[in-house]
Amino acid sequence: MSYIGDIINGSKTLLTGMSITGNYFFKNLFTRKDVITQLYPDNMNELKMFDRFKGEVIMFHDENNQHKCDACTNCEIICPNGSIEIVWERVADPETGKNKKVLLNHIYHLEMCTMCGLCIEVCPADAIGWGQDFHHVTRDRADLTKVLNKPGSSIMPGVKEKK
Amino acid sequence: MEQQTFLADKIRTQEYFLNMGPQHPATHGVMRMVLKLDGEIIRNIDPVLGYIHRSIEKMCEHDNYKQIIHLTDRLDYLSAHMNNEAVALLVEKASGIEVSDRIKVIRTMMSELTRIASHTLWWGVMGMDTGALTTFMYAFRDRELINDIMEETCGARLTMNYSVIGGVRYDLHENFVKRVKDFIVHFKKKLPEYDRLLSDNVIFRKRTEGIGYITKEEAIAFGLNGPTGRASGFACDIRKLKPYSAYDRVEFQEVMATEGDAFARYKVRILEMWESLRILEQLVDQIPEGEHRVKTKAVIKLPVGEYLQRVETARGDFGVYVISDGGSSPYRLKFRSPGFANLHGLNKMSIGYKIADLIVNFSTIDVVVPDMDR
Ligand code: SF4
Ligand code: SF4
Repeated sequence: MSYIGDIINGSKTLLTGMSITGNYFFKNLFTRKDVITQLYPDNMNELKMFDRFKGEVIMFHDENNQHKCDACTNCEIICPNGSIEIVWERVADPETGKNKKVLLNHIYHLEMCTMCGLCIEVCPADAIGWGQDFHHVTRDRADLTKVLNKPGSSIMPGVKEKK
Repeated sequence: MEQQTFLADKIRTQEYFLNMGPQHPATHGVMRMVLKLDGEIIRNIDPVLGYIHRSIEKMCEHDNYKQIIHLTDRLDYLSAHMNNEAVALLVEKASGIEVSDRIKVIRTMMSELTRIASHTLWWGVMGMDTGALTTFMYAFRDRELINDIMEETCGARLTMNYSVIGGVRYDLHENFVKRVKDFIVHFKKKLPEYDRLLSDNVIFRKRTEGIGYITKEEAIAFGLNGPTGRASGFACDIRKLKPYSAYDRVEFQEVMATEGDAFARYKVRILEMWESLRILEQLVDQIPEGEHRVKTKAVIKLPVGEYLQRVETARGDFGVYVISDGGSSPYRLKFRSPGFANLHGLNKMSIGYKIADLIVNFSTIDVVVPDMDR
């Protein structure tokens, strides 16, 4: 008797499970109401990441191709993995005649970055921030080493040199 | 008939060794187990670690305290927030930084969200290990909502790196409260579905009940913790024993079971999700106002001494132990990871059972290999 009871009970639990899956299946067969899957490469253009999403570190430039980085190297020092290298030189300021640090290249190794956010936090001028792009796939590792300041860019006037 | 019994007694299979892993899909990562088998019956298990050793403890000795936090994301990545919190709490305790109530509540809520996310993922994988693919899809559907909450507020879905020394990195996003409320409503509807789909399923019951039995004494002796230990009746919830953050002001129950088998471990985790929902419900409406981050010194140095901070992650008792020589980075840092302790119980649970039961046991101790193998 318990043998047959087991079979009935077993089938019942299986049917309960199937009623759930079947319910979802038929409900979403024509309307995609409950479907949360995103059809990723197809929705590439509409896909918008959250503002705080950490895709990569970028440097902000204004319309005159000017950035705020004064090559203080704070970010280079704090980075746990050595993902940032700042190349700078001293140039005499035409107005005051004093030697001033000028950024040549802000080199960022995306392949080594762990997205810890310390460089962005420590930057006194808010020159760098998070970019939302996550399409980083490449065939060559060297493509992931980026120069964050755009070619020909210069420092915004008014950004003070910090100690 | 007599002859057959005689034969069965006489013919013994030779004991042999079988490698399971390191790239076995059921080992949840790069984990190798050398099984000593008699036919299909397990005689001994030798876990071999070291395939994804990254020497995180050693790396921590070279980094300053602010930099350490992001490394703890990479231990137990499913409890990333709790790991971050452990280091942050330790440094705050050692250097006497007082954090506001708002920070405590935010951290607690994030921890509970992470716990639910971790347990849902575990539930999905547990079903998959016992042969039910559907659970995996359903679990990821619900986990996705938490991931969205995390992504919107912390900026990342898995390795949040949200707790910092003296607070949390960003203030809560304006949608946070609404999203959490939506999630609670949604998940309260879905959790009973989990039960109907898997917990009551006859095949699943047969595969978990009475399998992988471990007594309370053995659990304590092997240092099992978290839901794995509590399923054997060992009260080891750090949230109750040594309350941190806002756990002393919320009401929740320490989920316990006494059976000590695989199904008890399953049951404890399912009930823990209900308790986490309860904590979230209590906190979501009363997040205190205040600052989300206390100003700290640029270089944090701990006074000379030894410090320990324990938190309850989704897998159990996670401890950070620091010996400081007064410098800006620890002299020695040790992570006591719950997964590694739970792994010790696996041998005891599985000896005498079949290989298929090992998979179930392995799943019910909720392994995350990077947590064991740091
Ligand atoms: S986010 Fe962290 S790892 Fe990445 S460049 Fe900045 S400091 Fe370095
Ligand atoms: S911290 Fe900011 S200002 Fe200083 S070098 Fe880095 S990006 Fe430039």
